[in-house]
Amino acid sequence: MNNIRTKEHYIAEFIAVEESMNGEASSAFHQIRKNAITQFGKLDFPTLKNEDWKYTNVKALLEYDFTHGSSIKLSKKEVEQYLIKGLAENMIVFVNGIYSPEHSYIQKQDKGIIIESLNDVLKNNPERVLGHIGKYAGIENGFTALNTAFAKEGTVIIIPDNAEVKSHIHILNITGEAGKNIITQPRNLILTGKNSIVKIIESYHSLSSEENLVNAVSEIVVGENSFVEIYRLQQENSGSFHINRTQAVQGRNSTFTHYSVTLGGGLVRNDTNILLNDENCTGNLYGLYLTEGSQHVDNHTLIDHAKPNCQSNEMYKGVLNESSRGVFNGKVFVREDAQKTNAYQSNKAILLSSNATIDTKPQLEIYADDVKCSHGAAIGQLDDEAVFYLRSRGIGAEHAKRVLIRAFANDIFETIENEILHEHLNNLVFEKLG
Amino acid sequence: MLTVKDLFVRVESADGGKEILKGINLEVNLGEVHAIMGPNGSGKSTLANVIAGKDGYEITSGEVTLDGMDLLDMNPEERAREGVFLAFQYPVEIPGVSNATFLKTALNEIRKHKGMEELDAMKFLKFMKEKMKMVGIEDKLINRPVNQGFSGGEKKRNEIFQLQMLQPRLAVLDETDSGLDIDALKIVSNGVNLFRNENNAVIVVTHYQRLLNYIVPDFVHVLVDGRIVKSGGKELAFELEEKGYDWIINPETATETV
Repeated sequence: MNNIRTKEHYIAEFIAVEESMNGEASSAFHQIRKNAITQFGKLDFPTLKNEDWKYTNVKALLEYDFTHGSSIKLSKKEVEQYLIKGLAENMIVFVNGIYSPEHSYIQKQDKGIIIESLNDVLKNNPERVLGHIGKYAGIENGFTALNTAFAKEGTVIIIPDNAEVKSHIHILNITGEAGKNIITQPRNLILTGKNSIVKIIESYHSLSSEENLVNAVSEIVVGENSFVEIYRLQQENSGSFHINRTQAVQGRNSTFTHYSVTLGGGLVRNDTNILLNDENCTGNLYGLYLTEGSQHVDNHTLIDHAKPNCQSNEMYKGVLNESSRGVFNGKVFVREDAQKTNAYQSNKAILLSSNATIDTKPQLEIYADDVKCSHGAAIGQLDDEAVFYLRSRGIGAEHAKRVLIRAFANDIFETIENEILHEHLNNLVFEKLG
Repeated sequence: MLTVKDLFVRVESADGGKEILKGINLEVNLGEVHAIMGPNGSGKSTLANVIAGKDGYEITSGEVTLDGMDLLDMNPEERAREGVFLAFQYPVEIPGVSNATFLKTALNEIRKHKGMEELDAMKFLKFMKEKMKMVGIEDKLINRPVNQGFSGGEKKRNEIFQLQMLQPRLAVLDETDSGLDIDALKIVSNGVNLFRNENNAVIVVTHYQRLLNYIVPDFVHVLVDGRIVKSGGKELAFELEEKGYDWIINPETATETV
């Protein structure tokens, strides 16, 4: 399919879906979708001419006729392999984008905590999400527009004031069906009240070797004095397309921490944005991508300091092998109002092959005068001096390189306090790096 | 034990390189400590690096053997496993790898090579504690990433700690005294003196005689412009301290300053 046909295909699908709706077509929520499809018609899919997509060509994904998968039956064992051993998790499971109650499990939580599928919320209590979905993640490109236009399934997490969710919530997305190229468009909404705590793992996996498209959007509101942690883990097959948009908005004295770990996928684009929207917020963005073959991983981040006395820490690291390609674009915005901002950004990558490439662009836009901002980018090969140092102590060359690459990568997890999760992520890195 | 014969070495560089060592001959036997002294740029560190197998040097002729084994034909890790140890002038920082993990890996690689059983975590810990006490190294340095955030003195002490842990047969100390205050110098020297015995040998590469007050050499060699121009006993070091290098470099023009 070419670009024009693809665009028309999705618009036609929207009309077909709308026609099949009973009553829902006139709901307030559907108005949001309708606006989004109009926007999609105008925006279309981004091309290289779009500054934000200069290094990531999505043309390849327009060649596919993606279809919707079915809620195929999976055995308990098939799902268990994706759980994090030893971690008592609340599970929200989606198979081909469809909520799977049989594999999902939510522990008994404090009163008022809502952890449900979006589809269920829209059916039973749409007022819970109305006024929130689409409010934080503005439509800036065709992918967000498309996700919003088809927003139907995903995870809704609502935490009232003074509540802490027991154990991690693991949103597990498994996609794939033999002979089909599947599209899923998860739409997640996470709202926390004051003094709340929630830790979320979002993971993506492939069931088959076919190329699929995941186009996800998550909106997160971090309430006053609240802590939200998100671990986003991408392990799909090497032919898959994965587009993600995460937008967090922080309230006063809140802390938001986001880890983006990209191990799989063929073409991956992550837009991870935070808005520090009140005083004394801390925003932490950590990212790790390990690529090989012809993988293309693009991380765009935006840290928007809108108010005074906030701090942000950003650290992204990549290890690129073979002819894989990385893109890092890290924007830090310090608005006029945001005095006493402390923003730190670091972005490092190791190229293991002469065919691997990375395009990196740190962008600092500072409109306040009393701020501390720093950024550093370092792209390079393994440090020869360090390799020699290890070898001079009897450690073989290959072993020495492995030790150094692992250390470089795992450094990103140093701040993870939960030992089981820390160990799990370390092990995934070991497995991928060999 | 170590034999260096007619060694010529060029350093590789973009502009074609430069000859650094111009015919070095050196014989080091078990139980001996040799000091290699010389002015800056004379080739001392090159000699140390070539013995350890660092890249970036071209051996144009000559040989280096350890107990008859051709060292130049071995890669750095093989040399280390056969008992060569280089204490670095500038120890490298390795973020993300703890000192203890690094040493356990290294020690077990060497033990494996020797056909010895690998040490498990408990045995390793016990052995390490013993050596830590001997070198006076604190717990906090053990669990930190290798050399990261260490002071100059701590880095050098860490090199000597590794020397004690790995127990090589030939230790080459490259400017181990540089950047050390007198207390650190004593600690480091003490570590080396505890190490030396009848079954190993030490080469001390240094610019200054100061270190040799603490690590007393059996032989002193003066390296000037890639050649050993004078060899002698420990008294030669004192002479150098007193007169500088000039009387050796330019014997005709140098004036006595005694």
